[in-house]
Amino acid sequence: MNVVCTMEKRNMIIKIQGEIDHHTSEALREKIDKAYERYNAKNIIFDFSEIPFMDSSGIGVIMGRYRNSSQKGGQVAIVHLQPQIERVFQLSGLYKIIHRYETIDEALKMLQ
Amino acid sequence: MQYENEMKIEFMSKSQNEAFARVVVAAFVSQLDPTLEELSDIKTAVSEAVTNAVIHGYENGPGMIYLACRLEGNETYIEIQDKGKGIEDIKQAMEPLYTSKPELERSGMGFTVMETFMDVVEVRSIPGEGTTVYMMKRLHSV
Repeated sequence: MNVVCTMEKRNMIIKIQGEIDHHTSEALREKIDKAYERYNAKNIIFDFSEIPFMDSSGIGVIMGRYRNSSQKGGQVAIVHLQPQIERVFQLSGLYKIIHRYETIDEALKMLQ
Repeated sequence: MQYENEMKIEFMSKSQNEAFARVVVAAFVSQLDPTLEELSDIKTAVSEAVTNAVIHGYENGPGMIYLACRLEGNETYIEIQDKGKGIEDIKQAMEPLYTSKPELERSGMGFTVMETFMDVVEVRSIPGEGTTVYMMKRLHSV
């Protein structure tokens, strides 16, 4: 799994290439949290364009990141969701707390 | 004659094998030419059940996980068994958002995902002896 974090003002864009399950989620969590602290980020945008698989472990990862960012007054958004993962998201009720956008530009525009 | 095929494997309870298990089942089920959606439903359900065995059954310790898959007509039967600690209260374990390990940032959605993506999910467990998850999915594409 490859994780690239880039900053756009205080928005951290996280691009993950690979599958998210219990095994990969531990390293993923650690990488995101380290970068989040180091860059003093506020909002988090997950780019799902290159994630072909995610199970409920990914829900735990996103809920945890939501908790961290809301402590700083930030928000969490996801973009480019694949259909299989979309169904896991719908099931989890995560849409009540995180935003879904079509593109990174749209997410950047909406997140303050 | 009705189509029939069966496979059984066993592997160590390691988180690395979560991906292995779902890919093996997907490869086996592929002979029925399922849709991508059906295949990904099965992969996700297998991933959840194996993850439960690793985290809860064996609590990240040593042990073996037994996986069986049977194809019968357009029905896929999957059995995932561990010989770990077992579940005291299956009804509670299957409730959405319930997790016995909140400190691990688990969502508590594992069984809910299995029940949503498969047609039948049954859990049998004996505390101290282990847990078996039985799942069935009917492939409408077949």
